[in-house]
Amino acid sequence: MIDNIDLNMVNWARAQFAMTAMYHWIFVPLTLGLSWLCAFYEAIYVKTGNDEWKRLSQFWMKLFGINFAIGVATGIILEFEFGTNWSNYSWMVGDIFGAPLAIEGIVAFFLEATFFAVMFFGWERVSKRFHLFSTFMVALGSNLSALWILVANAWMQYPVGMAFNPDTARFEMQNILEVISSPVAISKFTHATSSSFIVGSLFVLSISSWYLLRNRHVRMAQRSIVVAAVFGLLSSLLAGFTGDESAFENANHQPMKLAAYEGLYNGESGAGLVAAGIVNTSKKVGDDQDPFHFEVRIPGLLSLLANRSPGSFVPGINDLVYGNEQENIMGVDEKIEKGKIAVSSLDTYKLAKKAGNIKEAESALATFKEHQNYLGYGFLESPEEAVPPVAISFYSFHIMVILGSLFPLVCLAYLFFIHKNTLSKQVWLLLPGVSLFFLSLIASQAGWVVAEVGRQPWAIQGLLPVTVARSNLTSGTIQTTFYMFVFLFTILLIAEIRIMLKQISIGPKES
Amino acid sequence: MIGNLDLVTLQHIWWVLCSVVGSLFLFLTFVQGGQTILWQVSKNEVEKSLIINSLGRKWELTFTTLVLFGGALFAAFPKFYATSFGGAYWVWILILFTFIIQAVSYEFRKKPNNFLGAGTYEFFLLINGSVGLLLIGAAVGTFFTGSNFTLNDYNFVTWSHPLRGLEAAFSLFNLSLGLFLVFNARVLGSLYLINNIDFKPVPELEYRLRRACFSNFTWSLPFLLYILVSLLLMSGFGLDENGLVAMVKRKYLANLIGQPWILLILLTGVVLVVLGVLRCTKNMKSSGIWFAGPGTVLVGLAIFFTAGFNNTPFYPSKVDLQSSLTIFNASSSHYTLTVMTYVALTIPFVLAYISYVWYAMDKKKLGTEELGSDAY
Ligand code: HDD
Ligand code: HEM
Ligand code: HEM
Repeated sequence: MIDNIDLNMVNWARAQFAMTAMYHWIFVPLTLGLSWLCAFYEAIYVKTGNDEWKRLSQFWMKLFGINFAIGVATGIILEFEFGTNWSNYSWMVGDIFGAPLAIEGIVAFFLEATFFAVMFFGWERVSKRFHLFSTFMVALGSNLSALWILVANAWMQYPVGMAFNPDTARFEMQNILEVISSPVAISKFTHATSSSFIVGSLFVLSISSWYLLRNRHVRMAQRSIVVAAVFGLLSSLLAGFTGDESAFENANHQPMKLAAYEGLYNGESGAGLVAAGIVNTSKKVGDDQDPFHFEVRIPGLLSLLANRSPGSFVPGINDLVYGNEQENIMGVDEKIEKGKIAVSSLDTYKLAKKAGNIKEAESALATFKEHQNYLGYGFLESPEEAVPPVAISFYSFHIMVILGSLFPLVCLAYLFFIHKNTLSKQVWLLLPGVSLFFLSLIASQAGWVVAEVGRQPWAIQGLLPVTVARSNLTSGTIQTTFYMFVFLFTILLIAEIRIMLKQISIGPKES
Repeated sequence: MIGNLDLVTLQHIWWVLCSVVGSLFLFLTFVQGGQTILWQVSKNEVEKSLIINSLGRKWELTFTTLVLFGGALFAAFPKFYATSFGGAYWVWILILFTFIIQAVSYEFRKKPNNFLGAGTYEFFLLINGSVGLLLIGAAVGTFFTGSNFTLNDYNFVTWSHPLRGLEAAFSLFNLSLGLFLVFNARVLGSLYLINNIDFKPVPELEYRLRRACFSNFTWSLPFLLYILVSLLLMSGFGLDENGLVAMVKRKYLANLIGQPWILLILLTGVVLVVLGVLRCTKNMKSSGIWFAGPGTVLVGLAIFFTAGFNNTPFYPSKVDLQSSLTIFNASSSHYTLTVMTYVALTIPFVLAYISYVWYAMDKKKLGTEELGSDAY
């Protein structure tokens, strides 16, 4: 099906996709969270009629607008990058993957784009209630856009509702409801949005803490904090719950990813969860080195999380690569064999059909159908290739979870001292509190690294490796555009940060 | 009902829908037109700010329509999406580049401490309105002049020109289409601004805009004529009964004669654009945009329909005719097109709320009193 894979080119295409996606994800979680907070603040204004809440909403909206613009700028490149960098992917799964992207445009982006203008320029032009409605529509629109793009992403992690069509040599959709309501789509959407609400809340906490430390805008800062800390606390609980759900889905559908981010090489019954550790990077699949230089384990917990039962068996990387008859796990080597048969029988089928040799075509098709579930494995060269980078996955996952456990405690502390009316004096809390927003961004980015790096080498889990997904470009071309975009996005990011900081130092209007 | 439509009907419906989105985009390029006309008509900071703030309330609509155009093509004609974006790499990357720099410019231009300075962001807007539109026109032109790709049995694309799509801009036909889009956008831009701004404090600006409308219209005519005449005379790509693609003499003329309703759409569109310009320059009315805008939509539809209907490959390959893409061989499956058609039923609803918000926000014209600290 494909020959002469230029691995260097594939890696540049990956790097470019990852870089642009990570830039986009700097701005997106803030949009997703802050849009709701703006709506809440404005709702309080409309309800109380107190002008201070209005000025407060307008201040956060101004920061929202600056962030939104660059979020949009970094988004458009992603939409087209599926075609430019992964054109074979776009053809082979476009029948399924294109739909959520188009739906996102129709039902979500226009909501955002239309009501955004009202939110910013409509204060004097439309009624108070219509303005509030518009602010809610912006929040709804951005979160709907998250829904559809995450449905698309979840489908790559757990492809359902489709079948391979040997005549067109592509995957075709059979049931969109299955695609939308797959458990992975649900856990992805709920986890990515709830964690983004944390990011929005901690953004408000960071800036408000700074005002309190400087003794500026004290009342407004306190008011902002009350709403943001409650929202942050609730979202943290939700993010923890849905994150656990995500890990459970990983155990079911992407056990290799789970094994990688836990650093689990040999599967065990009653497996322990590594709370923290230092990965031994010279460890290779199949050798007998210890995977960790040092680790802290909580016994039995991993089995509980992965299978909802403390004594159950969790497969490790070795079990998945080399197979484990006892636990009835087929090894990658065996899958590759079957996959190669699928690939070659598909070729035979195509040739025979072209030559009009119906009999041969039929028998090739029958062989293909028998092995088609392993089609993707036919493109792998060695079983070890099926293992994602362990150290990156492990550290990212643990950074996310450690930070994720910290955030609800911080929100509680803010609420506690606000309630006691002594928050301004808690310098020990406010000073590190200024950095909360950055910590939340790190957790958020780390989450995507777990999800995406842990999926390697697959573009579509088990079906389509990235090497087949690529476009026909030279690595020089992609390198050029990689640097072009790094350069441009970095400049725009610097501009954004400077504008933000300036607006923060100007602060909200006081009466 | 939608569930019973056959594949060919769905493929036609989706070519119509993609054409509608693409043509609406051409109407909304009044934003890009305004961005380039800015340099011609504004003589001071107040005038400049008025123009940018007026455009700044609409740019997202144009941008989002472009995004949807890409998304709709991906969902309905994935082979086109894969072939064109993965193949004509450079032309698309450069187009995207100009839209990335546009997206931040409105928000960042006037903000204190913005790193690059207002002039740079205005320059970004200029690039987007000129280079961006020109390249889009050149890319659309290849629907008629063809591209340099081959597809193998598994539909993997190979592009045989080292410029990867940019070569499109070196054909006179494609270039003319691009330049026509640029000038037409400037006409639309001036018409939109005349309709949107309260000129009481800046009467000179209105005068200059009306003049710009006329001069840009005059500039656009030769390109339009060249495109139309070449379209009627040139050989085109045709699909025969056996499903083979071949060069056909006067193919697009035949398309128009065979489907006179497309000709009707085209002529109505041109007349509406002319009417819009006349309302602006002769009758001194401000409603020209509501003629020239829909007129542009109709002209766009005629272009897309001529390219895709009547057994015409809409994305032809010059180097390997049989690799050419038609609405039949490039489309999604019957199931996906059916689902997407149900989704498309929400489009009228979307158009309705956009129109309502547009109406509510533009009831009162934009005046200088709104150029305070919260403006763009
Ligand atoms: C503020 C951000 C944030 C925080 C505090 C957490 N997460 Fe998270 N996590 C994300 C932000 C994130 C994310 C960026 O949104 C990801 C990437 C993809 C996704 O669906 O969400 C993600 C992915 C992700 C995945 C991979 C899902 C997949 O591959 O499909 C798992 C297993 C978890 N998370 C688990 C957790 C757990 C157990 C947490 C405990 C508190 C946690 N996350 C907190
Ligand atoms: C790699 C896949 C992605 C693609 C192709 C993509 C595409 C886009 C595009 C084209 C825009 C501009 C829309 C406009 O015209 O207004 C955009 C903005 C946006 N996207 Fe993405 N996006 C991706 C990932 C994500 C993810 C994972 C989320 C959320 C979970 C998300 C949420 C948003 C939001 C909220 C916006 C609004 C602007 C902002 O960020 O402030 N996107 N995206
Ligand atoms: C916005 C947050 C996201 C981040 C930070 C992110 C990160 C990454 C990273 C790091 C890679 C490269 C993995 C590697 O090769 O080692 C990657 C690849 C990829 N991601 Fe994501 N991703 C994000 C969202 C998405 C979404 C929402 C989609 C799809 C809807 C998506 C689709 C892809 C595709 C198609 C590739 C290329 C194929 C591959 O390498 O697997 N990504 N992403």
